[in-house]
Amino acid sequence: MNRWRPIALAALALALAGCSGEAAPTTRGVYLLMDTSGTYTQELDKAQALINALLAKLDTGDSFAVARVDTGSFSEKDIVARVTFDERPSTTNQQKRKFREEIDRFVRQVTPAAYTDITGGILQAAEYLTEKAPGRKTILIFSDLKEDLKEGYLRDLPLTVDGFEVIAINVTKLRSDNVDPREYMIRLEDWQRRVESGGGSWRVINDLDRLDRILG
Amino acid sequence: MSFADLYVLNSPVAWLLWFVVLTLAMYFARWPAHRTIMSLARALHRAMRLTARSLLLLQEQLQARNREVLLAAGREAKERIIEREFERIDAAVRRDLAECPTLHRRLTEQATALEEDHEQSKDVPPTPPGWVKAVQAVAEIESPRDDPMVGQILEAVHVSLIKAQDQARAEFRTATRARHEHLKKMMGYWRSALQLLAQVESKVTRLIQRTQIIDRHIADYEEILRQSDRAERMLTSSSLVQFFVSVFVLCIAVGGAVINFHLIARPMAEMVGGNNFIGSWRIADIAALVIILVEISMGLFLMESLRITRLFPVIGALPDKWRVIMVWITLGLLTSLATVEAGLAYMREILLQDELATSALLRGEGGAAFGNQFVWITTAAQMGMGFILPFALTFVAIPLESFVHSLRTVLGVVLTTGLRMLAALLRLVGDGCRYLGGLLIDLYDVIIFLPLWLEQQVKAHLAPPAQPVSHPHKTAKVKESLS
Repeated sequence: MNRWRPIALAALALALAGCSGEAAPTTRGVYLLMDTSGTYTQELDKAQALINALLAKLDTGDSFAVARVDTGSFSEKDIVARVTFDERPSTTNQQKRKFREEIDRFVRQVTPAAYTDITGGILQAAEYLTEKAPGRKTILIFSDLKEDLKEGYLRDLPLTVDGFEVIAINVTKLRSDNVDPREYMIRLEDWQRRVESGGGSWRVINDLDRLDRILG
Repeated sequence: MSFADLYVLNSPVAWLLWFVVLTLAMYFARWPAHRTIMSLARALHRAMRLTARSLLLLQEQLQARNREVLLAAGREAKERIIEREFERIDAAVRRDLAECPTLHRRLTEQATALEEDHEQSKDVPPTPPGWVKAVQAVAEIESPRDDPMVGQILEAVHVSLIKAQDQARAEFRTATRARHEHLKKMMGYWRSALQLLAQVESKVTRLIQRTQIIDRHIADYEEILRQSDRAERMLTSSSLVQFFVSVFVLCIAVGGAVINFHLIARPMAEMVGGNNFIGSWRIADIAALVIILVEISMGLFLMESLRITRLFPVIGALPDKWRVIMVWITLGLLTSLATVEAGLAYMREILLQDELATSALLRGEGGAAFGNQFVWITTAAQMGMGFILPFALTFVAIPLESFVHSLRTVLGVVLTTGLRMLAALLRLVGDGCRYLGGLLIDLYDVIIFLPLWLEQQVKAHLAPPAQPVSHPHKTAKVKESLS
């Protein structure tokens, strides 16, 4: 009888482990950084469409946050709206509607920021998503990627985005880029290098008609 | 060229040298090599034949076992059928015999009525008296001319006689009419009696037909008891037909179960959460599947309790009282689950509408999704399906029973056929090995044809002309031993 006891216990443990009902790491965490500096605020209607598309795509258990990029973005105050969708589909739908209303309200009331702290925003996004611990972590940067820091702000630190997918969306060309396109290329390469050296993967999507590619 | 270069096959001379060396080596090792090839081929041949024989024995055992199981199953099934036929005939006889006293009474009443009418119709009406002749005689008497008195008397007699005749005729007609009326009434009774007899005949015919059916079943049963080949073939064929039919019906049932699953899987997420997993399976999906499986189980138990199927002998052996209780319990649970499913189907439609509305809102289309006024049709259809499908799945028990019973036979047939084919293949391979041995020996000799030819030439010169060559008969011997 004693001989079978360890086997029975092992089987029981296995069954209990299988039936624990823990969420498998299939949830997604998405953090969208919206550039609100200067003339880029004109692009916010596109950001709205992007958010709506993302809301339609996200499902129960997923986390989603939208934050503005302004002078100092490494702050919770810059998070415009955040949500972790409930496990019940009906509640998830209600949360989506509420989220959309919050974003609409923000877009109506937004004022252009004087500076652009993208690095701070990415650090804040990494912190938020690490805390949520979803199965797949995605940081979306809706910006021209031109960082403009206020004097005294230190952002020349390495990004810790190991296991993150960083996607730059709608990276518009600046007037200076038109004069010297190398500036644009260098800007993109610089961000790619920083993200990849931090352990993350880097992508750029400028075609907003193919938003379905964002979350695979 | 050094001696070491000869080890490396990079020149024609080295190739030639190696060929000569190998040929000579093969020539001197000819007989041991032949024996080795022969032994190997023989060993393989015997091993294959032995294995084939073992497989055939196994196949025969399996076939015998299959035959036993098949005949036992067939006997049991036939007993069941005969038992049910007897139950039916018993019910029919009871029903018809219960009507027998009534029928007898009605027939007796009819017969009595017929008899009475017959008796009454037998009363002969009074025969007309001989008034006619008397009146005629009186009428023909000539009244004497000289005696008017006699004339008057005769006239009075004549009148009286005519009156009496009229009265007698009227009585006769009345009596005849009464007889005809009795005969007319007899016709009705007679027809009624004929109808009753026709009923009896049809009932008896039905009984005879049933007995003919039982006769056929009994003949089959006797065939099975005799364990004849015909019975085996009949049962095998029947099992195969049952197997394919039950597989077809089970496939349909699986389709129904899949539809049922999709009806309740989505709303299940509302109850158990949409993001919990066991392994790679969503708990909501598992819960939906479990509900369907529980429904199927309840259906099985219901069918068992009703004695429609006999998959669980324990349930079949329960006392009738407990069986009836079980019927009600399983039916109650099934109805409850069907109601739950109907509710979930309704919830599914609500969720779907909500999701469509949210998607429309996110696309900036407002509440366009709510414009459909015929949504209630799909909702009602889904609810109806949610309620009906569990009951429909109950009947899976019948094909499942056929499937389980016929699967044993089908597997047996497939296995015995497979074993027989494998044995044939092994025998073929064994024979192939034997012939391959002969072929290899011939090929061996082809490679060393030059020394063999030289040997033959030398022996032809040395030996007397009449003596046969020495080695060919050895080769023949080796080949003979192989064959």
